[in-house]
Amino acid sequence: MEPNNTPLSHSVTLDKAKCKGCTACLKRCPTEAIRIRDGKAKILQDLCIDCGECIKVCPYHAKQAATDPFEDLQKYKYNIAVPAPTLYGQFHNLKDIDYVLNGLLAIGFDDVYEAAKGTEAITDLTLKLLAEGKLEKPVINSACPAVIRLISVRFPSLISHILPVVAPVEAAAMAARKEAVEKTGLSPEDIGVFFISPCAAKATTVQNPLGLKASPISGVLSMKSVYMKLLPALGKLSEIKPISTSSLEGISWARIGGEIKALSRGKCLSVDGIDNIISLFEEIEDDENLDIDFIEALSCTGGCVSGPLTVENGYVAKMRIVEIAKAQGKKDLPRTPIDLTDEELTWSEPIKYRNNMYLDEDFAVAMQKLEQIETIYRDLPQIDCGSCGSPTCKCLAEDIVRGYADEIECIHNLRKRLQSLQQEAE
Amino acid sequence: MPNVKLHYDIDGNDFTVAGQASSNLKKVLKQLGVSTEVIRKAAISMYEGEINTVIHGKGGAADVEISTDKLIITFTDHGPGIKDISQAMQEGFSTATDEARELGFGAGMGLPNMKKYSDALNISSVLGEGTTVEIIIHLT
Repeated sequence: MEPNNTPLSHSVTLDKAKCKGCTACLKRCPTEAIRIRDGKAKILQDLCIDCGECIKVCPYHAKQAATDPFEDLQKYKYNIAVPAPTLYGQFHNLKDIDYVLNGLLAIGFDDVYEAAKGTEAITDLTLKLLAEGKLEKPVINSACPAVIRLISVRFPSLISHILPVVAPVEAAAMAARKEAVEKTGLSPEDIGVFFISPCAAKATTVQNPLGLKASPISGVLSMKSVYMKLLPALGKLSEIKPISTSSLEGISWARIGGEIKALSRGKCLSVDGIDNIISLFEEIEDDENLDIDFIEALSCTGGCVSGPLTVENGYVAKMRIVEIAKAQGKKDLPRTPIDLTDEELTWSEPIKYRNNMYLDEDFAVAMQKLEQIETIYRDLPQIDCGSCGSPTCKCLAEDIVRGYADEIECIHNLRKRLQSLQQEAE
Repeated sequence: MPNVKLHYDIDGNDFTVAGQASSNLKKVLKQLGVSTEVIRKAAISMYEGEINTVIHGKGGAADVEISTDKLIITFTDHGPGIKDISQAMQEGFSTATDEARELGFGAGMGLPNMKKYSDALNISSVLGEGTTVEIIIHLT
């Protein structure tokens, strides 16, 4: 497989004034994509998978996700809000989803289409594909863009295992636009479809779609910012129209376990938290005999409820999602199928391997560099303190050989050298 | 021509660390720009070899030598040795302990899998002294 290294833009940005150059994000980044340079965190674009861990861990709130402003609604003649089901878990004592959906209309949207609706079509198609038996096992879900990007940079042999199906929010966005065109007679470009997102990686996916030529989503609004507008509006609602048609299963996708609960078939496994996913994927690469049919992997612990753009504590939100999904199930709503073909729901573009690890295109030179890395590493203190601005001593050795850092940046070795100079002088 | 040598100690008392050498080797091969297919072969062979060395060899070491055209992994242990090598190479044959079987090992696929995913496999074993398993994987 040939590596594809076209530049990628990311949604994670840095507020330089707030960044103190500490090692919090440096040490947390699961793909070693951060360095501290000139006292500020720097993201290596080729390695970033948009998981948002750095946003969550930064004590100074210097890391942010670049989402779209609410004012972008003015660009379109008709605007549809597509809320992730995680939004429902942000409110205290929410009795009915319809409060939130009516609230979205009150703050300026013309229509609402639940992302949870998209899950139903995805589940149906997944079951069909699993029954056909043509997919390589274990099949890995495609709902979490950070997981797909992780595979594309770290686990090239697992690319062929990814479910080649659009994410629920993309299915919902496609269906929402289609319905709106029929309803309003406007052309598709005049319709704004805005995802209300708990997730930084989803924002990147609109610019750099995964598996699709172009994203059906017009813009991504951060859940935090929409929450601030929604909260006052909810108190002023005079009438609650019944809007929601989503199912218990659809809403449950907001938490880990939701997707495989909906599948309820075969040997399925749920894994959450990016580090747990990495160790599982390592094992899948190595062990032929694991015998797993389907893996639901969500980068955030607990699932999308813990996304970096949420307001509420992820565990509290998860508990609420369970309650809200149950209440929705009790409504016994008729299931209204999404009007999309299997072809529309299936990826048209392959996921490409982005090998950002190789040291040199010339194999012999790469071997020499590898030897140099080992030699430099042996001389480093191997305590992975991060003071040099690289996350580990091994990573500093690699950075030195790649020309990204100087050996002198190891403060411990520098101190040793000073001490021996001092001794010589005495 | 440069060649890269890697050494991994394999602890005989801990199944749960098996996989670390494989993980490290995968990273090195990616840094060298080796193809995904070769990395997969190396990962599976390394993992099976590590587990064999823990279960049967009571620990030992893995030595990797990478040259421009091939990868040689040598597992050395000072365990009981293999009585009948041709029997050990049969799929499904296993002498794994109950403890290992409880952890899901002992399916008798270790050596057969290493043979399947490598280009050459050589075993030498002396009863009571230990076993050396060498696997060769061509890089191109």
